[in-house]
Amino acid sequence: MESVNTYRAGPDEEGHFGMFGGRYVAETLMPIILDLEQAWKDAKNDPSFQAEIDHWAKHYIGRPSPLYYAERMTEHLGGAKVYFKRDELNHTGAHKINNTVGQILLAKRMGKKRIIAETGAGQHGVATATVCAKVGLPCIIYMGAKDIERQAPNVFRMKLLGAEVVPVTSGSHTLKDAMNEALRDWVTNVESTFYIIGTVGGPHPYPELVRVFQSVIGREAKEQMLEAEGRLPDTLVACIGGGSNAMGLFHPFLDDKDVNIYGVEAAGFGVDTDKHAASIAGGRPGVLHGMRTYLLQDDDGQIIEPHSISAGLDYPGIGPEHAWLADVGRVNYVAATDDEALEAFQLCTRLEGIIPALEPAHALAHVMKIAPDLPRDHLICMNMCGRGDKDVFAVAEALGVKL
Amino acid sequence: MSDTRIDRRFAALREEGRAGLVAFVTGGDPDFDLSCQIVDGLPGAGVDVIEIGMPFTDPMADGPTIQVASQRALRKGMTLRKTLDLVRHLRQSDSDTPVVLMGYYNPIYSYGNDAFLRDAREAGVDGLIIVDLPSEEDSELCVPALDAGLNWIRLATPTTDAKRLPAVLGNASGFVYYVSITGITGAGSADPRAVGEAVQRLKARTDLPIAVGFGIRTPDQAADIARVADAAVVGTVFCKAVEDNLDADGNGTQACVDSVLSLARDLAHGVRNARS
Repeated sequence: MESVNTYRAGPDEEGHFGMFGGRYVAETLMPIILDLEQAWKDAKNDPSFQAEIDHWAKHYIGRPSPLYYAERMTEHLGGAKVYFKRDELNHTGAHKINNTVGQILLAKRMGKKRIIAETGAGQHGVATATVCAKVGLPCIIYMGAKDIERQAPNVFRMKLLGAEVVPVTSGSHTLKDAMNEALRDWVTNVESTFYIIGTVGGPHPYPELVRVFQSVIGREAKEQMLEAEGRLPDTLVACIGGGSNAMGLFHPFLDDKDVNIYGVEAAGFGVDTDKHAASIAGGRPGVLHGMRTYLLQDDDGQIIEPHSISAGLDYPGIGPEHAWLADVGRVNYVAATDDEALEAFQLCTRLEGIIPALEPAHALAHVMKIAPDLPRDHLICMNMCGRGDKDVFAVAEALGVKL
Repeated sequence: MSDTRIDRRFAALREEGRAGLVAFVTGGDPDFDLSCQIVDGLPGAGVDVIEIGMPFTDPMADGPTIQVASQRALRKGMTLRKTLDLVRHLRQSDSDTPVVLMGYYNPIYSYGNDAFLRDAREAGVDGLIIVDLPSEEDSELCVPALDAGLNWIRLATPTTDAKRLPAVLGNASGFVYYVSITGITGAGSADPRAVGEAVQRLKARTDLPIAVGFGIRTPDQAADIARVADAAVVGTVFCKAVEDNLDADGNGTQACVDSVLSLARDLAHGVRNARS
């Protein structure tokens, strides 16, 4: 492990986490990226900005989310004591809203009149459409045509919330193409428009600001675990697509050296197949969507379409800070397959009465692998970052059940 | 740095008192062999600078026409190595026409920056336009490219204000590519008068020639730009000409080549007669 005094100092002035991150965008966007950076610097040092976020968090999102002792899951696994950080109880059903609230308030500070966003599973799209409805700004959501088919309920929710959902038929018709299309919109409407990115990715300063907005998860978890157990957890586990829920949980703990941290990528059919979405396990460094990070790519540097049963993890890259944390060895990146996630999904539903989203079902699959061999006083905190209502159709199909 | 083919070509255009035509075609579209014929034919059609697009799966700054052109090329097995082969092939018959490669950074990064710069130079490439490498990332590829004797062509846009301009012009060489609209390739066209004013603003800050692109489709539009700038860049319509001449199975035909070259002749005619 590389020896550093703190793992929480990044990014540097140019937005780099080690060799990762940066600002790899078209010149048209550079002035607005620099404006955003300035607005972000001002906002994060302004106590009234944080106070406004706190107010929304309490009264609109419903924070703090509980830290829940999963007693029957713990008994079933027969080892470590398993806690869930219940971010699936947030308004709109996932952690995504922590970020969209922060960004919409930033957009308002910058006087922007139009909001765009990309979405894969639709959770970030719903969370963006929700805050746009609340502040009364027009909202355009770019979504791959394939994902629109897979996630019809979320598409309808976004439309009910007043958003325009634009089907993306370029490239492979999924999340990465939706992000390309959102960037094309931004280049075209750069003066009026604020782009709400949904994960700890994209050009600097997005990875940092999304992390800051999501870190409320880890800050609460730390406090709640101290209250419940009188000490910090021994192990943190979270799933990773772009990595925003994981970064939100991990970041406040990065300098607590005794806390083991696991990020769980989506292994699809297996990381040794060509159908997965595990960019750290199966990718190599490259540049896409404004950042250098681990990417799934072929020998020519062309981006490979990922696969996961979870549309929210179906992305060929990962946030640059995760790429750095992998390289310096602070966080262990592992993977869970579609089948393992499906098993965890069903087990959690039956044992705890909680239907998890397929995304955190990947995290739970890893908990199921490690908990049995750990002592009973070992504390695991897993981020239950979304609820599974949106996934029941996909799960039914995977299990061969006709609804 | 020493003169490049680009410097020499723009000096010659100044001597002739006319603007140049920069033609963008996607490398390997509709397939490698037909793409070779297109590139080889461009100088004879009156094109002054050849810009070859390096296909990429995720071309964030391009409109639908160039996106599908890149996908066609990739489906036929196009790679960055083969794009360099296109240039090598051209150099067998033409040693004067400047060639600029335009595209996105990841395929180059994947190839290896040093190896790419060496191979590009050896193949006969003269300059690079890398859309997603702004001046903030100059140490990455721009400075090494200049050291390797290649021109680094920077994009300036309507959002490039006076504060931003020094950063944009800092390491620019060869020419400056003024993107006349905020938007993607193939979108609407800009008002020639506004373009003329923007070119004058740039000229007040740099001695480099100014080429103007995005949204130029017809010989008349090219001529309008040729009256106010040092060159007009045309791209999307060439990709469209390829697209319109595919066979029923989506494969390239000789008509793709003929159509692109005929269009190039018309556009060159427009540009050459603009100031007379």
